[in-house]
Amino acid sequence: MASQPTTFDAETTRRNARVGMMAAAGALAMLGLGYAAVPLYQMFCQVTGFGGTTMKATEADAARAEAIATGKTISVRFDASTSAGMPWAFKPTKATQTVTIGQRDIATYTARNDGSQPITGAATFNVTPEQAGKYFNKIQCFCFTEQTLLPGQEITMPVLYYVDPAMLDDPNMAGVQQITLSYTFHRQREPQQLAALDSTN
Amino acid sequence: MATTAEGFDVHHDDHAHDHADHKPGFFARWFMSTNHKDIGTLYLIFAIIAGIIGGAISGIMRLELAEPGIQYLHWWAAFMGGGDDLNTALHMWNVFITAHGLIMVFFMVMPAMIGGFGNWFVPLMIGAPDMAFPRMNNVSFWLTVAGFFSLMFSMFVPGGSGPGAGVGWTVYAPLSTTGSVGPAVDFAIFALHLSGAGSILGATNFITTIFNMRAPGMTLHKMPLFVWSMLVTAFLLLLALPVLAAAITMLLTDRNFGTTFFDPAGGGDPVLYQHLFWFFGHPEVYIMILPGFGMISQIVATFSRKPVFGYLAMAYAMVAIGVVGFIVWAHHMYTVGLDVNTKMYFTAATMLIAVPTGVKIFSWIATMWGGSLTFKSPMVWSLGFIFLFTVGGVTGVVLANGGIDDNLHDTYYVVAHFHYVLSMGAVFSMFAGFYYWFPKMSGRMHSELLSHLHFWTFFIGVNVIFFPQHFLGMQGMPRRYPDYPEAFQFWHEISTYGYYIMAGSMIFFFVNIAYALMAGRKAEANPWGEGATTLEWTLPSPPPFHQFETLPVITDSMDYHDHRPASA
Repeated sequence: MASQPTTFDAETTRRNARVGMMAAAGALAMLGLGYAAVPLYQMFCQVTGFGGTTMKATEADAARAEAIATGKTISVRFDASTSAGMPWAFKPTKATQTVTIGQRDIATYTARNDGSQPITGAATFNVTPEQAGKYFNKIQCFCFTEQTLLPGQEITMPVLYYVDPAMLDDPNMAGVQQITLSYTFHRQREPQQLAALDSTN
Repeated sequence: MATTAEGFDVHHDDHAHDHADHKPGFFARWFMSTNHKDIGTLYLIFAIIAGIIGGAISGIMRLELAEPGIQYLHWWAAFMGGGDDLNTALHMWNVFITAHGLIMVFFMVMPAMIGGFGNWFVPLMIGAPDMAFPRMNNVSFWLTVAGFFSLMFSMFVPGGSGPGAGVGWTVYAPLSTTGSVGPAVDFAIFALHLSGAGSILGATNFITTIFNMRAPGMTLHKMPLFVWSMLVTAFLLLLALPVLAAAITMLLTDRNFGTTFFDPAGGGDPVLYQHLFWFFGHPEVYIMILPGFGMISQIVATFSRKPVFGYLAMAYAMVAIGVVGFIVWAHHMYTVGLDVNTKMYFTAATMLIAVPTGVKIFSWIATMWGGSLTFKSPMVWSLGFIFLFTVGGVTGVVLANGGIDDNLHDTYYVVAHFHYVLSMGAVFSMFAGFYYWFPKMSGRMHSELLSHLHFWTFFIGVNVIFFPQHFLGMQGMPRRYPDYPEAFQFWHEISTYGYYIMAGSMIFFFVNIAYALMAGRKAEANPWGEGATTLEWTLPSPPPFHQFETLPVITDSMDYHDHRPASA
């Protein structure tokens, strides 16, 4: 061998190996934590409504909210957009609604495939201002479900939602007079689109 | 041992013990090195080369920014093998800012501070014969070199609208995923993987060395502050770099294997990348400055001929900076839409770091207070460090405010801030350390005159470059743009003059090294006098190839300051 590394006595070598392994374990744990951040971040957003993540609610929740509704109203604006390269005409049926806080309401969006190919899309969504996320409850919506539209085909998609009356007690929401619900349709990857078509035909 | 001395050396096994200064042949010594001092030297040479390249790239940028309009980028786009349209020219700009940032952070500051000075002086200062894992030390170095080549290579392959990775050192998605077609970004990411792996191995090595290999009697609370700084740095590396590795691996699979970690179309979130990046990125800035803190503590004590003031507070201030550094990351992303409470938390936590940092600045000044000061080259660089790092710290406290940052985010004010703490803080501490330890490493004295000339011209140069950038930033000049309205021209022009002064000052540095190596006076074991009391000064200059065959003993009567044997 060329240059021999300095050697240490057996006891030092053993202790070095132990500390070295502990350090390596620490590094591996942090690597794992980096990946764990993905589901943790998602959970965190869903629980806290962070970044305008909306809440999912059941019919029972909606009934409870309705019971404590005070009759105050708030304006809700509906926004629709498509990602680049998505030839869909996607828009809300009505741009704004004034709703009673706590009262359940329905809004609809329409999507039409203006392309010459069948296209599968899936929608992402959020609300602004972001602190409104945890008060915007959706009982039913079309988020993240894949929609395949044939050329020229048009569908109407409902969103069943209510605004939680608890927002009236939140100082962060004091100045908020309008909540915007925004949907973006993204084109799904081609293989999935083909597979979806195969199963429907 | 495959050396020319092989035939003469009968007792191979006792080799090191018989001839402490016997060295292997050139190739074996420098390419298969396991000696911490040789690896330290390799790291320093590597850092200087990378610094020349990274510094030259910043010269291209300052030249382009000297006046409004696009002057030189078309030429560079053609030179690097791209088209001559405006898009390619603008892409070249992104490639330059990316390369400058990545080179300076990962291939200049980190190799010099940690690989260079850390490797050289941690074992010497704690009285160890070598690093705990000498072979792994060699692996760390060559991984860093391989990473550097991967990054250099990325500049010559397609990366979107031209050759090279034009994504900034932060490599934000979606620009780095769907926004940059071609292999350049993959190679840049691979460069980070390689150098990151090298740094994690290095950190493991330092932690093990410092915990296990200290000389008898060298308790943790008697360790020199430079060793403390390397211990904290190694922990930051070990905990932060794997998170970067995870984030950039996700980028890589998003780019090439259809995952959607950062793609909203598949339920991902680009902001998650920013969280992961800055969870690494903020500790990273302390990784770059903490070893500098350690060096400045040694130097200020040496040239004040006093023990450092508040030793324990100094050590635990670094620990505190390291710990709090992990929970302030989102102050880099105030404008992604954090709510007001989150911003309040990150503002307060960030400002908290000014407390341990203030303890350090105070203690350096208190160390000098009443001391017997000599203004040798390491000391003037240290004083420059203390002054300029404080300026950068003050603008840091300004930027820590979530509200003010809304206005200053991604402007030249931020550029000025982080160059004051890095390009002046980290770099001044490296030059201070270099002049402090150069006689020890090389066995030759450098010229004090040239080092002082280097200091003053460099000091003037970098201040002329970066102080006007505060004004540009406050007036709204955004960072990462090659062009600007004429209103910004005046200070940009001044800033570019500063670059010329700074570049010129580097001549003194290189001439000084050449002078010292060729004609420098032979350095004594301790050229700095009675203030230099740590163990490296008890060895000859340069130290023998294998040192401390008889371990030094730190007796109970010795404190954290003076580790010289009683007879000396």
